[in-house]
Amino acid sequence: MRRRTIRAALASAAALVVLTACSTDDSLDEPDAVDSAATEGGEATPTEETEASEEFFVQADFDSQDEQRSATFEGDEAEPWLQYIDGEMTDTSEFESEGGGKKACFANASISNPWRQTGWITMNQQLEVMIENGVLSEMETRDAQDDDNTQLADIDYFISEGNCDAFIISPNSTAALTPAVERACETGKPVVVFDRGVQTDCATTFIHPIGGYAWGIDTANFLVENLEEGDKVVALRILPGVDVLETRWAAAEKIFEENGIDAVDYFTGADPTEIKKIISDELVQGDVQGVWMDAGDGAVAAIEAFEDAGVDYPVMTGEDEMSFLRKWEETGLTGLAPVYSNFQWRTPLLALEKIFAGEEVPAEWVLPQVPITEDERADFLAANDGMPDGHYAKFGGEDLPGYPQVWQDRVIP
Amino acid sequence: MNRRLTSTGIVYAVLLLSLVVGAVLTATAGRNFFSTGNISAILTATSILGFIAIGQTLVILVGSLDLSVPYVVSLTSLVGGTVMGGQSGNIVAGLLAALAVAAVIGIANGLVVSLLHVHGFIATLGMGLVVSGYLATNYQGSAGSAPRDFRLIGATQIGPVPLSTLIMLGTAGAAILLLRRTRLGHHLYAVGGNTDVARMSGLRTSVPVVAAHVLCSVLAGLAGLLLLARLSVGSPTIGSQGGYDLMSIAAVVLGGTLLAGGKGNILGTLAGVGIFAVMDNVMSVMSVNPFLKDVIRGLVIVVAVAVYARRELERRPARFERPSTLQAALEEAK
Amino acid sequence: MRNPTAPLQTGRRAPLPERQGSAAARVGAGAATPGGAVFVLVAVLVVAIIVANPNFGDPGALIRFAGRTAPIAIAAMGQYFVIVSGEFDLSMGAVVTTQVVMAGNLIGQDESRIAPVMALMLLVGTAIGVVNGLVTTLLKVPSFIVTLGMMLALSGLVRYLTGGAATGNPVDAFRQIGRGGIEDVPVVDIIPYPLIILTVLAVLAVLLMRRPYGRSLIAAGDNPEAAHLSGVSLWWLKTRAFVLSSLAATIAGIILVGYAGVHPSVGQGYEFTAITAVVLGGVLLGGGRGWVLSAAAGAFSLELLFVLLTSLGVPSTWRDTVQGLIIIVAVAAASRAWQVGRRPRRTAQAPHPEPTASSTPTPDPGTTTGEK
Repeated sequence: MRRRTIRAALASAAALVVLTACSTDDSLDEPDAVDSAATEGGEATPTEETEASEEFFVQADFDSQDEQRSATFEGDEAEPWLQYIDGEMTDTSEFESEGGGKKACFANASISNPWRQTGWITMNQQLEVMIENGVLSEMETRDAQDDDNTQLADIDYFISEGNCDAFIISPNSTAALTPAVERACETGKPVVVFDRGVQTDCATTFIHPIGGYAWGIDTANFLVENLEEGDKVVALRILPGVDVLETRWAAAEKIFEENGIDAVDYFTGADPTEIKKIISDELVQGDVQGVWMDAGDGAVAAIEAFEDAGVDYPVMTGEDEMSFLRKWEETGLTGLAPVYSNFQWRTPLLALEKIFAGEEVPAEWVLPQVPITEDERADFLAANDGMPDGHYAKFGGEDLPGYPQVWQDRVIP
Repeated sequence: MNRRLTSTGIVYAVLLLSLVVGAVLTATAGRNFFSTGNISAILTATSILGFIAIGQTLVILVGSLDLSVPYVVSLTSLVGGTVMGGQSGNIVAGLLAALAVAAVIGIANGLVVSLLHVHGFIATLGMGLVVSGYLATNYQGSAGSAPRDFRLIGATQIGPVPLSTLIMLGTAGAAILLLRRTRLGHHLYAVGGNTDVARMSGLRTSVPVVAAHVLCSVLAGLAGLLLLARLSVGSPTIGSQGGYDLMSIAAVVLGGTLLAGGKGNILGTLAGVGIFAVMDNVMSVMSVNPFLKDVIRGLVIVVAVAVYARRELERRPARFERPSTLQAALEEAK
Repeated sequence: MRNPTAPLQTGRRAPLPERQGSAAARVGAGAATPGGAVFVLVAVLVVAIIVANPNFGDPGALIRFAGRTAPIAIAAMGQYFVIVSGEFDLSMGAVVTTQVVMAGNLIGQDESRIAPVMALMLLVGTAIGVVNGLVTTLLKVPSFIVTLGMMLALSGLVRYLTGGAATGNPVDAFRQIGRGGIEDVPVVDIIPYPLIILTVLAVLAVLLMRRPYGRSLIAAGDNPEAAHLSGVSLWWLKTRAFVLSSLAATIAGIILVGYAGVHPSVGQGYEFTAITAVVLGGVLLGGGRGWVLSAAAGAFSLELLFVLLTSLGVPSTWRDTVQGLIIIVAVAAASRAWQVGRRPRRTAQAPHPEPTASSTPTPDPGTTTGEK
């Protein structure tokens, strides 16, 4: 009997304690960013499909990015990481401060592929300049290793424990990280989002090159111009379900269909062994005239597959990774190297410099995204001589301290 | 009382040690390990892996494995999100749909393992591939939306303890009761220990196997729903991003459960999940190079298991008494 | 009194034949077991692909296919040794990646370095196998965990030391091992070097399994306690199996440097492919049964399956599903075949004298009959 009474007393006491300690995260109190809200035409953020739609493809984004390919960019062409398309500007006078020595907190999606690794090295060299100039005192980084859930936790950690003066976020995926970015915005500190976007425009600035649709348009148009109707193109895609890669393929697929190109796509996981096998199998089935890639990793293996089979080289689009540029020159094939502007990794820190100086920054900072053509290739190869194969030609760090040693040694900070 | 530490005791000792080491290392980085934000971060990390690891414990106890959990997690987050569609009224429907899908996959896994006599490794690997293909075909990115009332589950905290962790601990308690007090629980141990002997003793050996797989998939479904609440959308890649298959198996073995089946408990698994969460938290606070994080994870897993692998593993609970709830918990902790 | 030690049978008995059944019957019986069935599966898949895409039947295409399947077949044979002894080796993929990146970074463009670096690679492979084996057997950590930890540690270490991306492909002479072959051969055009390496290793593997080591390995997988009581040194036995597995991964890595080039993703997922191949080859997970050549045949059937999916034009997003279903079906069929194949078959040719009542003595009460 006594045991039961004690237990009952403990239970009710515990319940009281629990009720008083209950708390809810405030971010849920503001209106949800509902999935079906359409973005305005000017934004280049790829939106999610609504439940009813089948296609991932969003025509409005496709058209706007198509226009941006030929837009004029403000700023000096010699410093493309500072160029932008003129548009709405964010007033940052509230962030202006004389003291300097700010702490930046960077929530990085990952450094799991050579493109991100190159950018990360460049960003750290830019950080050195910032620290030397006194703009920033340090940058704390949390790496989410490609996991949305981890990155959410990282951003929350920064908000509660980080003592950050500014947030830099490279989101792992668009919709999932939106609430976290909104929570960061609410702290009142400047928030810089770059690379992949989110579905809110609360950030002080959102930095990105033109986008995936533009990549798809540039590459598919190049292939269409150099091939004939009825030719076969093998499309090598890394993974399904990654929205930045899906937009590239969505645009390319559309253009291939419209021009009668027979395009068949495969998922490779960026594994050169898989790439070679896929191309070899396709070559056994019949002729392949063109190769399209949604990212340049493993491009060399694709070209070698043609060599091993003893057939002519294809018309090919890869990326500005050094391995592809070098092999492209060596074989003399007809090719194009689209870029996803690796120099964008410099811009967030430069944006913070402007923000803390009270200068206005574009609300959406669209960087130039210019593919490397055959004529320009030689210059880029010469400028990046001695760099490892996994380096990206448009890394934009030639005027940063440590050039070229830091990128050649490729020590990940 | 047995004064020698059982493997469960050792695992909790290791957890305690990791807390101490973690606190020291965090202090060297200038932070407070025991601050509300930090504790909350650690506990949040335990919730998701915790659900999956509890399910994995049940499956491993019965002598099988479940490698399909990452895809079940992704699928349930998507199904839940699309059925809910941002409407509070659809929450229950979304939950039921997601868990039903998970249960179906679990039944399929269980039947393939028990009736077709395929080893769990291969059966669930194959099933995972089947689900992966379905996900790749139907979803090109995030889909669905979690309504505000549902997202509360991911966001509410009681002090520093997230609500999700409490739900996970409640589920662990239910699993402990299942294993210690119900016939099914004892049958799980029996089939895992020696399938032939269990069959000759009159058990329908397929029942515990299917039940374990169903429970594992449903728990993975709960993890997927929790992720839906945190992320506010369903995602086709969220399960694979977390590496939950191998990490859950590692947590289970770290907790002292025999990979061959028949011996083990849930409390040890929880300690294993806790050790991983503390380890990840400390490494992030110290800004360890992400590549080195994997090295440290690998070493810690092997070293931690090696510490007590030679010891006698705890004995199976006696089958002749029906312990009260309190005694069941104490037996677990022994 | 009948002498209990006198022979029980008084009639003459025809000597038992060495083998039961004709050659054809034996092949048929062999094909009914899962280890044999996989060869049938390979034949079926080859025919199916040629039907879907006649170009594949070209001898040149076939031999090139065999050459490119060599690395995974070698890895499957290595994994076989570990699985048949009752363990897992999940670190294979990481070993391949490590070896590939080592080759790329250490050889560079210097041909004179090929021999020493290859020796170093074999040494590193052996060391990894020894560590795997010792921690599993002496520290009693489950091999699943040891090799999982090794996989995480190796892949992290390789990325850390190289900054995540390799410097570039090594000199062509080294890559010829994986890419080249004996040229100008009639009919098939080229015999790829990887295929020659695979054949040599397959012969060696079969010979090894016939030796006491091989037999003890299977015994250790089937019943470790019995093997231990028979005097087998379990820890040394299993450690050697892990070394063989890591060396197989190393050789696969050497070939892949040539075939695929140097890249940190090369070798990813190899362990799961190898384990699937071994299981498709009818080897029981948990050990104790299976033939080493079936493991290699399992690797071939997996690769043929992928080619079949391409030839049939299966959409890229559904390939995983089809692969998963076929794996489950194939392994389910294999495990049924093991149960069927266990029952002994008696044919009419085996002389089988019926024991007559007079030749079977009834044991006198009180005398021992040898049974307790």
